[in-house]
This record gives sequence, structure tokens and C-alpha cells, in this order.
Amino acid sequence: MERFTTLTSRTVVLPQANIDTDQIIPARFLTTTTRAGLGAQLFADWRYQPDGAPRPDFVLNQPQASGCQILVAGKNFGCGSSREHAPWALLDYGIRALISTEIADIFTSNALKNGLLPVLVDGATCAWLLAHPGAEVTLDVARSTLTLPDGHTVRFPLEEFARHCLTQGVDQLGFLLAHGAAIEAYEQRRP
Amino acid sequence: MAPAPQTLFDKVWRRHEVVAETQATPAVLYIDLHLVHEVTSPQAFAVLRERALTVRRPRRTLATMDHSTPTQTAQVFGGAPIAVDSAARQVQQLERNCAEFGVELLALRHAQRGIVHVIGPELGLSQPGQTIVCGDSHTSTHGALGALAFGIGTTEVGHVLATQCLLQRKPRALAVNVHGRLGRGVTAKDLILTIIARLGVDGGTGHVIEYRGDTIACLDMDERMTVCNMSIEAGARAGMMAPDETTFAYLAGRPRAPQGEAWEKALADWRQLPSDAAARFDREVTLDAGAAEPMITYGTNPGMVIPVSGRIPERPDDAAFGQALRYMGFSAGEQLTDRPVNVVFLGSCTNGRLSDLRSAAQLLRGRHIARGITMLVVPGSQQVKREAEAEGLDRVFTDAGAEWRESGCSMCLGMNGDTVERGHYSVSTSNRNFEGRQGAGARTLLASPLTAAACALRGRITDPRELMQG
Repeated sequence: MERFTTLTSRTVVLPQANIDTDQIIPARFLTTTTRAGLGAQLFADWRYQPDGAPRPDFVLNQPQASGCQILVAGKNFGCGSSREHAPWALLDYGIRALISTEIADIFTSNALKNGLLPVLVDGATCAWLLAHPGAEVTLDVARSTLTLPDGHTVRFPLEEFARHCLTQGVDQLGFLLAHGAAIEAYEQRRP
Repeated sequence: MAPAPQTLFDKVWRRHEVVAETQATPAVLYIDLHLVHEVTSPQAFAVLRERALTVRRPRRTLATMDHSTPTQTAQVFGGAPIAVDSAARQVQQLERNCAEFGVELLALRHAQRGIVHVIGPELGLSQPGQTIVCGDSHTSTHGALGALAFGIGTTEVGHVLATQCLLQRKPRALAVNVHGRLGRGVTAKDLILTIIARLGVDGGTGHVIEYRGDTIACLDMDERMTVCNMSIEAGARAGMMAPDETTFAYLAGRPRAPQGEAWEKALADWRQLPSDAAARFDREVTLDAGAAEPMITYGTNPGMVIPVSGRIPERPDDAAFGQALRYMGFSAGEQLTDRPVNVVFLGSCTNGRLSDLRSAAQLLRGRHIARGITMLVVPGSQQVKREAEAEGLDRVFTDAGAEWRESGCSMCLGMNGDTVERGHYSVSTSNRNFEGRQGAGARTLLASPLTAAACALRGRITDPRELMQG
């Protein structure tokens, strides 16, 4: 995995709460056998009309969304299914961090495995970000900080091992494989 | 010193710690049973191939196909091609992957194939005290047997294939205590929808739920699975229930359950698993099951749920609430009763087991569904299908005007050719009413098999108690 240390970007905002993985990537696109190219179908049913034309009123179709690498969303983002296609689609589209007051468990785990940074902030900070789309913010993984345009900095929680993996580019499968002897011993001592 | 009292979850977790968690690193947790399906596994097998790895314990791994498989008999058995091309490729890819890596596969035409969360318990593979994972969030279903069972992503599917382990932080424990007796026409589905209404769709985030209390102890295994299945709809990582005599009677004699001396040994072990009397939970919630009613969702998440005869609440200041109602074509304050429906779906890992089919059949027997209604009945597994046919349930459904299909996820998530049309209303016994879940623009109302059958008969939203005898 690539190292992730800091990121400065303008934000794109989806204020809805409970954005589920069926919205992020509808199930009909899950018949793929690779992880590439899912960005084209990100938020497909919000982004495109039934005939495939872009919906001009959807935020990702507006020029100011172009180049934004940070998505700010309402609480409980990523609820629903365990499909890793959701973070794959976000990353393929160009999103590298997600800010909310609450992010679903499996989505968080999947995001971290792919270098998509989940950032949990307090209600007031999130409300400000939701009200100011396009704000340029900076995320610092090592320090666990989010810096707002006025220089104000808030801390966000990040599990220690996840931070280590992001900042060092640790391969988690490699880390697990290195426990081969312990796994073998466990299998031996189990009834 | 006496050991500290432990919950069921604590006990299962500790037994599976290969390496305990520290401040710096998560636990290395051993996985007893890994269930694999066609949608969330291809990219994981690809990683094994790229890195020249093998499946560490093929005997702890079982694959089947359910999500993208067709349910039309002609496409499953009759030689007709699978209608969705990409789904056909995904099915073939799983066949190749299982052959190459030595994983047992219950393939499309196998007599034991079915929805992954229906066949695990049905075969006796899912057992108390196990850790069970699958690349599917409804893996929580298997917690009904006293297992710690949870959904994982595809990267983690690769981790388990290669190492039989996962890196995990221990979630917190949430007790949901349920007391009292479910009323007439009120089912396990109504109970879990009531629990979700209480907890909220994010109330369980970061937690493993243990469902406890006399109501839970009185549920049969199918009902327990329905409740645990939707733990994820409250945001929880997993749902569990203490294994008891009901659990043991269910497992006894199943083909992959322990037999003979091994069975006696397993039983003695399983009896040690329930939470100690003094065990502490991080949070507790208590509900009165006697007050529960037949429930139906009206919005676009499972927490937007009311009694079938109730009214949609009014939340004028909540923009997302208003947007959900616009999607559904409903208004705040409206009563759903008598609203017309187009489609009724009976099936899924939530409500596709034999007792669910029996429950709907008790209302449908000798009656016909309303004109213009499409009703799909999709058994959760081929075994459920055979058992249902053996007692004539297929005829009850087809005589009533419903379609009787081969097993699979079908209309629950509309990626296999079974979809609901844009704008149509579907009363569904599945688990998610998200926008577009059953097809782009489809409007889903989640309910029990009993309520779904009542709605099919009337062609309108109907409280099943109106149609029940006695």
C-alpha cells in the first residue's frame, strides 16, 4: 500500500445521513471480478439519469467537485453491505479521505485496508464543513489532525495500527503471514 | 482468585486469540469457518495468485454461489444461459478459483447449494463457540447458534484464505434484553424491526449485540437467525444468542455437525459458553416483546419503520427524512394501510427458511393473490426448496398465483435478473430498503412473511391479523 502522510484538498459535500453502500455502488455493478474502474459507477443512481445522462444537480457532476479528494458526509456513512467495492469506487474516482461524525464499522475497516482515510470529527466541525463545500482542509495522519481554512486544528481518532500501516505503507497481509509460527502453534494446541 | 465473569462474546473471542491485542496492534484472531461466495471473493483469489500463496486451511473454507445466480429453473437446470452475462462470468470464475485452490464448492446445480447464511446452519457447519466470517454483512445470522460471526471485506477474505486469521480490534458488548411474549401475528422479523427502531440504524456501531431474555429463549432457530441476521441493520458488527437445548436439538444429526463421541464432547463444551450471570456489558437496552406489533418500513433505511396500521411520523425539520419520503412517494402523517403494492418478495437470508415459507403459506392456502400483483417465492436453499415441496408448499404458492423459484438472493439485491421496476412498490421479507436496492428506482417496504402474504392477497398494505383465523 502507498504511504499516506498528509493530504490537502478542497472538499466535496454530501450532507445526507446514512449514505449506504448501495448508494455508493449499486449491487448491479458488483458482478465484476476485478477492482479497477468502479469510479465510473460511484453513486450511479444519484449521478446519472435512467438514460445514462449526468444529473446536472448532483454535486459530483458540478465543475467545483473536480479534483476534490476529500468527501464530507452526514453521519453513519457507509452503512449496509460489506462490499469493498464501495471504497474501491471512491478511490478510483479520486476520493482519498472521508469526513463524518460517524462511519459504519465494515466500511471503516475496508477503507483503511485500501488507504482511504476515515476521519471522525465532532458535530460542530462536521456541521461547519457541511455548510462550506469546497473548503480547503489539510489532514495529517501522523498527528491525527484536520486543519480548517482558518488554521483551526481538530484531532480525529485513528487506531494505532491503522496509523502505522497508513504512514509506513505496511502490507497487512505480509504482517499476518509473519505470524505463521504463532498460527501454527495455535492450531496445534486447539482441542 | 475466581476468573472474571465473561460474556458469551468474551469467551468466544478469547478462545480465538492467536495473539492478543495491544495498544499498538490488533489481535490476530483465528477463524474456524470461512464461507465464500462469488461476488466478494474474485479479487481475493487474485491476490493469492499474484503473491503465490495457497489457501491455508481449505477444510475450514466452503464456497457457494447465491448473489448473482439466477432463480429461474431454466437458467439453473434447464440449459438456458444465465441472463446476466457478467454474473455468468462471476460464477465461472468462482468455479475456477475453487478448483485451483482446492476449496469445496457447492456449485450452481449442487443439491446443497443455497444462500450462504442459510446453508451454514442447515448443514450443521455453523456451530456454537466458533468464529465465522464471510464477505457479506449478513454473516451475523450465524450468531443465532452462539457463534461470533461477522461480515468482512474482500481484502480480509484474502487474509483469511491465506492465514486463517484476521487482524481485529475487540468491539464493545451490547446486551439487548427482550422480555414478554410476542402477540398473535407478530413474528421474529417484527421483533428485530422493533429493536432496530429502538436502537437506530447506527445504534449498534462498534458493538457486538447479545440478544437475551425469555423472549429470545423461546424463539426457534429459524426465528433466532432472523433476529441475528439484521444486527447489521442496527450498525452492529455481530449479533449472538446463548446456545441452549433449542440450539443443540437443531444441530443434532445435521450432516456436518459432530457425531457420536465428538458430539458429546462438543455438547459439554458448548454448555460452558453462555454469558456468566455476573458478566458486564458496555451497554444494555431492554424491550417488552409483548408490546411489539406487525411492522413495516416506510422509508429508505430499516430504522424508518412503523406498525403496519400506524402512521408515518412527521419530522418537518429533517431534510433527509423528507427526501426519503419523496423517494417512496409517501407523505408525513400518512397511514400506509390500503396503499397499493406491485410486488411481493418472499425469501432472502432473513426470511427464506422453511418456517418463513410455512408462515406465509398459512395465509395463502386456498386463496389467490390480488390481480396485478407479482409474487416471487424464493427458498433460501435447495434443501429448503425440497422440504417445502415435500409438504406441498410449492403448490400452495403456485395455486395462489405466486412464482416458485430456485434458491438464491434474488430480489433482495437485484443483481441476478430478479428486480423491481422503477417506481413500483415491493413488500419484501428481505433486510434492506435502501434506494434502488431491489432495482434502480424501486421502492421497498420491509415486512414479515406473514405481512407480505397478507399484502399479496389484498394487493394493498394489510395488517396480517385481519386475515388470520381465530
